[in-house]
Amino acid sequence: MNVIVLSKFIPNPTGTPELGDDFLVKREGVEGGLDPGDEYAVEAALQIAEKTGGEVTVVSMGPEPALAAVRKALSLGCAKGVLVTDDGLRGSDVLVTATVLAKAIEREGFDLLLAGVESTDGSTGTLPMALAELLGVPSLTFARKVDVADGSVTIERQTEAGYDVVQCPLPALVTVTAGATEPRYPTLKGIMQAKQKPVDQRSLSDLGLSADDAKPTQRVTRIEDAPERGAGEIVENESRAADRIAQFLQEAKVL
Amino acid sequence: MAKVWVYAELSPDGSVHATALELLTKARSLGDTVEAVVLGPGATGAAGPLGEHGAQRVFASDEEVFANHLAQPATQALHQLVQEHQPNLILFAYSYNSRDVAGRLQAKTRSALMSNVTDVLGPEEAQTQIFGGTKIVTCSLEGPDPKLLVVRPKAFEPEPSGGSAEVVPVQVDIPDELKKAAVGDRHEEQAAGPKLEEARVVVAGGRGLQESGNFEILRELAEAIGNTAVGATRAVVDAGWVPYSMQIGQTGTTVKPEVYIAIGISGATQHLVGMKEAKRIVAINKDADAPIFKLADLGVVGDALKIVPQLVEQIQSMRGGRGE
Repeated sequence: MNVIVLSKFIPNPTGTPELGDDFLVKREGVEGGLDPGDEYAVEAALQIAEKTGGEVTVVSMGPEPALAAVRKALSLGCAKGVLVTDDGLRGSDVLVTATVLAKAIEREGFDLLLAGVESTDGSTGTLPMALAELLGVPSLTFARKVDVADGSVTIERQTEAGYDVVQCPLPALVTVTAGATEPRYPTLKGIMQAKQKPVDQRSLSDLGLSADDAKPTQRVTRIEDAPERGAGEIVENESRAADRIAQFLQEAKVL
Repeated sequence: MAKVWVYAELSPDGSVHATALELLTKARSLGDTVEAVVLGPGATGAAGPLGEHGAQRVFASDEEVFANHLAQPATQALHQLVQEHQPNLILFAYSYNSRDVAGRLQAKTRSALMSNVTDVLGPEEAQTQIFGGTKIVTCSLEGPDPKLLVVRPKAFEPEPSGGSAEVVPVQVDIPDELKKAAVGDRHEEQAAGPKLEEARVVVAGGRGLQESGNFEILRELAEAIGNTAVGATRAVVDAGWVPYSMQIGQTGTTVKPEVYIAIGISGATQHLVGMKEAKRIVAINKDADAPIFKLADLGVVGDALKIVPQLVEQIQSMRGGRGE
C-alpha cells in the first residue's frame, strides 16, 4: 500500500517564530525542523505501512532548509521524500500550497494520504481539506485513531462531545490529531540511512505550474501589538491564597 | 453593499450551533444582504433563530446525507448555492465540520480563505491574532468572490435583531461518489455538569497537577463553586489523563466565562488562544515566571495541590455560613 504523509518545516518549533519586514515568518537562516504536529501523522503512516506491507513517501513544500524536516521523516522510517522548493513560492497561502502539493502527489499516486490537523505556526487548519478536494478524494479529519483493513480506512473522529466512527473506502485523506499515536524517536541507524534515501526536489515548472499559479490571495497589511491585559495582583503567601481566591470569586459574583 | 452569507452549523441534536448566531450578528454590520445556509436534520427548524439574528433568507435542507457523510455533500450543496446566488463573503465557524467544508469549498471557488479570524473589518479585510494573542494581524483578501472567513468561536457576542427569515428549500442531488466517508456510531464523553462553552466558571488543569488522579480536586472545586465546568490543556489531554472533549485551546474548545481558574497551567500559546477572552482570570502555579501570570487578574504562586483543597473548604464553609 502506498502511503503519503505531508510534512511541514517550521522555524523554531518550540518557541516564538520571528517575523520579517515583509510580515512573513522568517524561514531562512533560522533554526527549524519538522512540525511537531506532523510527527503523529508520520507515526500513523509508518504503522499502517508496516501493517499492510507498504511504504511511506513524505511530501513537503518549503524553502531549501525544509529538507531537514523531510530527512527527519526519512530517519523515522519513511522510504522516500518529495520536496517542492521554488523562490516563487515564498509567501504562498493555503490555496497555492494545496495546488502545488496536489500536483506533486498526483505524480506519486497513493492509497492513503495522511496529514496533521493543522500546522503549529500557521494553524489555518484547512489545507488538508482543500488538497483532498483537488485530488478528488474524501477527507476524514481530526482522527484520534486510524485503522486500515480490507481496502478501507476507519477512524475515530473527534467531535465536540466525544467521537464519531467514520469509515471510507480508499483512496482517502486522513488528518491525525496530536496524541493519536506515540511518535517514535529516530535511531542512529535511521539517521544514517536517511542520508542515502532518495529525495526528489522539484520546482514549480517541474510540476507544470507557473508563477501565476503561486499568487497568494491574502496579504498582510499591518501588524500591531494587542492591548495587554493589565498585570494583576500576585499572591505569594500560600497560606493567604485560598482566602484571597474565595474573596475574588465573591467579588466576581460567581459564588 | 455586500451580500454576506453565514454557513450555519447544526449541533448533533439538530439545534442551531451557537457560532451561527455569533456570525450572523457580525454579518449584519458587514452587508445589506445577510443570508444563511444550513444543511442537515433540523435545518428548517433552525431558520427561526437564524432569522431572529439577522438572516433575511435561509437556504435549508433537512436531508440526512449532510449529517451522515463528511464534508463532501455539504461542500457540493454550498458550492451550487454560491454559483447561483454569488455571495461576496461567507463566514464559517472554526469548528470541526465547518472547517472541513470551508477548506474543500476553497479548492472549488479558488477564492481567498482566512482562518482563525478574530474580527472582520469589512467584506475584504479581517484580523487574526498570533503569538498567543500578543499581536493583531490585519489581512486584505484579494481575488475572486466569495471571500471565505473561518472565525474563532466566541469572537462576537450574539444579539438578536428580531427579524424572521424566508426559508428557501435547497434541492441538490448528491452523487454516490460524494457519500464515501460514512459516519457510523457516535460516542459522547461529555462529563457531568455544565458544558465548557456555557459554564459561568471554568476550572482547568495542566501538567502542574503532576498526575491524572489529582484532577479530582478540580472536580471538587467545580462542584463547590457551582455552574462550573472542568477543562484541561492539550498536554494533559495528549497524556491521556482526560478526554479530548475537555481540551481548551487552539484545537479544542474556546471558552469565555466570567471567571477562568487555571491550575498548574504554564500558559502555552496554544492554550491561551482558547481562554484569554475570559472576563477574569485566576492562575495558580508554582513557577512565578509562568506566562499565564501575565494574563491573570489574580495570580497565586504556590502549590495547587495544597491550595485547591483549602479553597474548596473555604467555599464550603462560606456557603454553610449563609445557610445554603
